[in-house]
Amino acid sequence: MSMNVIGKPLTRVDGRTKVTGKARYPADFNQPGQLYAALVSATVGLGRVTGIEGVEVERMPGVVALITHRNAPKLPYLPHKGIIDPAVGERLHVLQDDSVRFYGQPVAIVVADTIDHAERAAAALRIAYDAHRPIVDHADEEVARIVPGTGKADRSRGDADAAVAEAAIKVDENYDIARENHNPMEPHATVAAWNGDRLTLWSKSQFLVNEQAEIAAVFGLPIENVEVICPFIGGAFGTSLRTWPHVTLAAIAARQVQRPVKLVLTRKQMFFTTGHRPRSLQRVALGATPDGKLTGVIHEGTGETSRYEQFTEALTAVTEYLYSCPNLRTQYRLAQLDTATPNHMRGPGEASGIFALESAMDELSYKLGIDPIELRRRNEPQIDEAENKPFSSRSLIQCYELGAERFGWARRTPEPRSMRDGRLLIGMGTATATYPAFHAPSSARVRLLADGTAEVEAAASDMGPGTYTSMTQVAAEFLGLQPEQVRFGLGTTDYPPTPSHGGSWTMASVGSAIRAACLEVQSQATRQAIADAGSPVFEASMEVLEWVDGGLRRRGDASPGLSYQDILAKAGNPIEADGSAQRDPEIAEKYSMHSFGAVFAEVSVDPDVGTIRVRRLAGAYGIGRVVNPLLASSQCTGGMIGGIGMALMERTVLDVRDGRPVNAHMADYLVPVNLDTPKLEALFVDEVDPHVNPVGVKGLGEIALVGTAPAIANAVFHATGKRVRTLPIKIEDVLTA
Amino acid sequence: MAENSSEMHSPGPIISRREALQATAGAVALAALPLQSAAATSSPAGVSSVMAVSMTVNGRAHTLTVDPRQSILDVLRETLDLPGTKKGCNQGACGACTILVDGKRIVSCLTLASMHDGAEIQTIEGLEKDGELHPLQAAFVEHEGLQCGFCTSGQIMSGLGCIAEGHARSPDEIQFWMSGNICRCGAYPGIVAAVADAAERS
Amino acid sequence: MFPFTLEKAGSTEAAIAAAATGARYIAGGTTLVDLMRDEVERPERLVDINRLPLGGIRLEGEDLVIGALARMAEVAADSDVQRLQPLIAESLIEGASPQLRNMASMGGNMLQRVRCPYFRMLDVGCNKRTPGSGCAAIDGLNAGHAILGTSDHCVATHPSDVAVALVALDAAMRVQGPQGERSFPVEELFRLPGDTPHLEHTLLPGELIVEIRVPGGPYALRARYLKVRDRASYEFALVSAAAALAIEDGVIREARIAAGGVGTRPWRLRACEAALAGRKPDRQAFEEAAQLATEGVRPLHHNAFKVALLPRTIVRALQMAGEVA
Repeated sequence: MSMNVIGKPLTRVDGRTKVTGKARYPADFNQPGQLYAALVSATVGLGRVTGIEGVEVERMPGVVALITHRNAPKLPYLPHKGIIDPAVGERLHVLQDDSVRFYGQPVAIVVADTIDHAERAAAALRIAYDAHRPIVDHADEEVARIVPGTGKADRSRGDADAAVAEAAIKVDENYDIARENHNPMEPHATVAAWNGDRLTLWSKSQFLVNEQAEIAAVFGLPIENVEVICPFIGGAFGTSLRTWPHVTLAAIAARQVQRPVKLVLTRKQMFFTTGHRPRSLQRVALGATPDGKLTGVIHEGTGETSRYEQFTEALTAVTEYLYSCPNLRTQYRLAQLDTATPNHMRGPGEASGIFALESAMDELSYKLGIDPIELRRRNEPQIDEAENKPFSSRSLIQCYELGAERFGWARRTPEPRSMRDGRLLIGMGTATATYPAFHAPSSARVRLLADGTAEVEAAASDMGPGTYTSMTQVAAEFLGLQPEQVRFGLGTTDYPPTPSHGGSWTMASVGSAIRAACLEVQSQATRQAIADAGSPVFEASMEVLEWVDGGLRRRGDASPGLSYQDILAKAGNPIEADGSAQRDPEIAEKYSMHSFGAVFAEVSVDPDVGTIRVRRLAGAYGIGRVVNPLLASSQCTGGMIGGIGMALMERTVLDVRDGRPVNAHMADYLVPVNLDTPKLEALFVDEVDPHVNPVGVKGLGEIALVGTAPAIANAVFHATGKRVRTLPIKIEDVLTA
Repeated sequence: MAENSSEMHSPGPIISRREALQATAGAVALAALPLQSAAATSSPAGVSSVMAVSMTVNGRAHTLTVDPRQSILDVLRETLDLPGTKKGCNQGACGACTILVDGKRIVSCLTLASMHDGAEIQTIEGLEKDGELHPLQAAFVEHEGLQCGFCTSGQIMSGLGCIAEGHARSPDEIQFWMSGNICRCGAYPGIVAAVADAAERS
Repeated sequence: MFPFTLEKAGSTEAAIAAAATGARYIAGGTTLVDLMRDEVERPERLVDINRLPLGGIRLEGEDLVIGALARMAEVAADSDVQRLQPLIAESLIEGASPQLRNMASMGGNMLQRVRCPYFRMLDVGCNKRTPGSGCAAIDGLNAGHAILGTSDHCVATHPSDVAVALVALDAAMRVQGPQGERSFPVEELFRLPGDTPHLEHTLLPGELIVEIRVPGGPYALRARYLKVRDRASYEFALVSAAAALAIEDGVIREARIAAGGVGTRPWRLRACEAALAGRKPDRQAFEEAAQLATEGVRPLHHNAFKVALLPRTIVRALQMAGEVA
C-alpha cells in the first residue's frame, strides 16, 4: 500500500458547497407546512412553577400551541446512557414536572406560524414561581463537594505530601478557571417532523446515532423509527455531543401540532441548557531538587456539576503521566450546584488541568533558575509512570526542540520584565500540551460502482476539522483511487454507526473503519475477478495477486492491472462492504497512548493601561500521521486562537442571587476577533506510531487548544513579573505590574 | 431577582388577541407571512400592520408582504428559501448574517425588511456566476478561510464590502476591517489571506 | 418583539408631526431593533426618517457640520473629517463593527442606550427601563459600570465612543421639534441619572437631531482617542479617553479631555484640562493632570479597577496626542 493521498494538502472537498452558501445546516431544512417554536426559559434559579397564565397566550396571533408541563405528554424516558452521558445521574426530563433546577431551564414551548409570533407569545407568557436561592458559586462554603461516583477520583504513587514538604524547592499554588460556554457560531437547532410514529430530526448533533437512540428512548420508539440528519455543523466544540432538552421539545411540539416544527435556540438560551466548561478550582504543589528533578507532585481539582448528573472530566489526569516523579498524588472532586449539567468543551479537563500544572512548572523554573524547556527535559519520563507501561510514541522533547527553534526561544532573556518593544513589555512563555490518543469502535460502508468510483458512508460528523475531506483521502488511499473518484457521505443515521465526533478520535475511529471497509470491498473485487472466466486473473490464488494504485495484478507484473471498472463492468452491479474497527485490546493493554506538543507564546503588555495582546503563537505537535497538512494546520491555529479566548477573554459570569448568566450575549461573552489573531504557526514533528490505530493518527482537535492558555499566562508573567493564576487574565490583573 | 414567591415574572401587559388562527400549510411563495395571520396582525391601536415591500435579491425582483417586525435575515431564510445567510446571534454581535444592501455590508438581523422597500440586496447565493465562483469565494477555499463554514457567508459578504471600501490594502488593515465577523473555529489567518488575495486580483 | 406600525416620513416636518403624536424615530436601527427584539423597547409606532435630507458632511468656515443621518462609516471615511477632526474619525472606527458603522446614524449614536446587562433583562429591576423597579446592577455584577456620575438608582455607563470625542471638542447639536429649532452643546444632551434614570437626554418630545457642528480649534489636529478593552476590536470600552492638545512653543496652550466607559454620560474632564494649561507636554504634567480625573468617583464592587485605569488611560492618550506630528 503506497501512501499517495494521505499526507496531501488537499483543499476541502466541500469548500465549494460552503463558500456558495449551499451547505445546509439543520436550521436550513425548511419543511413544507413548517411552524416555528420558541422556548420559554425559567427566570428563577431554583424552585417550582406555581402558575401559568396561558389562555391569553394561546389566543395571540399566529399561536398554534402552548405546551407546558401541565399539558405536555408524559414521555416514557426509557433508560438511555450514551458514552457521552455522565455515568451517574439522570438527564433532565423536560416538561415532565413543575420543578426548576436551574436558571434558564425550559418551562414552556410556544408554536406559531412565524418566528415573530412565536417569540412574541413566548415573551408574553406569565409564569409564577415558588423561588429559592440557588447555589451557583463554586467557592461558596455551602457547596457540597463529593467524590465522583465514577471511581478513579484519587490516584497516588509514593508519598507526595511528604516529598513536597521536604523538597528543597517548592511551588504550592491555587488556580481558578472561569466557566466558559462553547458559543459556536451556529446556535442549536432542530427541525422535527413526524410521519405517523416515525420521526425525522434535522438536528445539530456531533453524535447522530446517540441522538437517534436517545430520542427513541425518550419517546419509547424503536430506534429505526427515528432518523437524525445533520450534514453540516456550524461549529460545536463539544456542545452538540449530548442530546439536550430542546431536541425532545421540538419533537413534542411537532407531534402536538401535527406539523413540522423548527426550533432554533436564541444566543441567550445557548448559555442555559447546552452545556458549558465547568469552572475549576485547583491546587498544584511541586517539590524539586535544586537541579530541577521533581520529587513530589500534588494536583487537587474540583469541577462543577449539576444536582441531577455527575459530569466528570480528566482534570488531573495529565499530571499522572506527563513528567517523571516517584511521589505523586491527584485528587478530583465535584461541586454540586444548582446549574445545568456541564459538558465537554474543546480539550475538556486536560485543558483546564494543564493550565494549573504548566503554570506551576513555569513558576518552578524561575525558582530554580532553570530554563523552562530544560526543566521539562530533566523530568522527561522513560515510561508512563502511572500506568507503568511504555508510550506508544512520545515526541515531547522533539516538539520543544522544533518549536523553540522556529519560535526563536533562544532570543528570550530569562529575567521577567527584561524584554521590551518600544514602550511595550514583551514576554515569552511556553507550556506542554497533551491529550490521549483515543480510538472508539466505529463502522463504515464502501460501495464500488461500475464506473470505477467509490461511495463511502458513515454516520459521522464534520463540525469543521474537514471530515469530508480527510475521510475522502483515507478511502482514496486504501482503494488506490484519486480523491475525485471517491464521494464520502456523512451526517445521517441511515449510514453505519460511528462514535461521537469529539475527543479527537474521529480520524482514528472512523478512518480505521473506512480502511477496513475499503480492504473488504477490495478483497470482494479480487474474488469477483478471480471468479470471472474472462479475466486475466481467472482462478488465480489470492496470494499471487496484489493491488497497486487501484489496479489488481499478479505480483511482479508491471502492467497497470485490472481496474475496478474492469472488474465491475461484467456484472454491472456495485460491490458493497461494511467494515468496522476498534482498538486491539492487547495493544491497549501494552501501551500508553497520547499526543504531545509544545506551545510557545509571545505577548505584549502595555505598561500604562495593561492591555495584553498575543503577538505570536507557535505550536509543535507529535500526533502520529498527518492526513492532510493543510487541514491539520488550520485546525491547530484555530485551536490556538480558541486558547487565546480561554487565556484572555472567555468567562460566563453568573449572578449568585439567582444563577443567571449575566453576559449571555455575543457582545458580552468575548471570543477573539480577527484583530486579536497573532502570527500563528503549527508545526508537526515526524512521528510514526504503529500502535495507535491502522491509520497511524493520534488526533488533533483537542491538543490544538490544550497548552495555549498556560503558554500565554507564562508569557504574561515573563513580560510583567506578575503571576496570574486565574483565567481569563484580565487587564486589571496586570495593571499594578 | 429577590425571592418573591408567586411573583409574576412578566415583561409587562399582555396584548390580547383575537382567536388563534390555523395557518395554512406551506406559506405562499412570496408572502413572508401566512395569509390569515397576516390579516389578523394589527397594532395595539388596531391599525393593520402588514406591509408590502419590493426588493431585488441577487438581481431578482420580489414583492413581499411582511410583518414590519421581520428582519431581512428572516425574510431571506424563511420566505425566499435563501438560507445561505446565517443567524448566529440575532443581536448584531457576530456578523454571520452580513449581506450587502445597496452595495454596503450590513448585518441583516438588525435590518427590518419593512424599512427597505426598493432595496438592492446581495447574498452569498448570488455570487456564483454561470458555475464560476467569485474570486473571493475561490480564495476562501484555496486559503482555508473556513472550517465549519457557518460564518463563511457573512465573512465573504463582509470581505466584498471590505475590498470595495478600500480597506484591504494590507493584512493588518484587513484584520482591523474584518473584525465585525466572528469565526469561532479561528480560521482568521485564512480569511485574511483570502481577502488579501482577492483584493489584489480585483 | 411587540407589533408596531411603520410610517415613512417624507419630510422633516412630517416626521416631527408623527413623533409629536407618539411615534418613535428610527434610522439605522442598530440599537432600537436590538432592544425591540428583547422587548426592552416597545414602540407602537415607528417613523422611518432615513429618507429625510439630514445626511452629508460639510464645512462652514472653521466648523465641520455632520448631518444627523450621516452614517458612522461615512463620517469616519470623509476626507474633511480625517483632515480637520481626526479625533472624530478615530473614535468612530474604534466603535462597533464595519457593518454596524454602515448602518448606524450619528444622531442615533448619540441616543444609543446603555449596555448594562440588567437593562436588557425583563425579569430584574432596572430603574432606567421600569422606573421605581430598583437597580439590579448595584448589588450585582458591575465590572463594566460607571464610577462617575452614578446615583443610587442607576450606574450604567454611556456606551458611545464618538460622543466622547464630540464632548471633548465642544461640539454642538441642532435639533428641530414641534416648537421649532434650537442648538446646544452635545454635552448638554446627556442627563445624569439622578433619581430619574429613565430620562436619558434633554430632547423635548418630538425633537429630532438634525446636525452636529464641530468647531475647529488649535487642538483639533493634535488629538487622539484611546480605547482600552479586553479584545482588540468589536467591544465597548472598559475605559476610553479623548485627548486634544494645542501646543505652542513647547507649552500646552489648551487641552481638551473627555473619558468614556467610566461615566453615566460622556465625561468631560475640565479640571484635567485646566491643570495642563501652561505646562510642558511631559509625562509629569500628564500624570498630575490625570490624577484629577478621579475626583468624586464612586466605585462599585467589581469596577474599582477603573479608578486606577482611568488616569492611566488619560496619560497615555495625552502622550499619543503629544506625539502627533
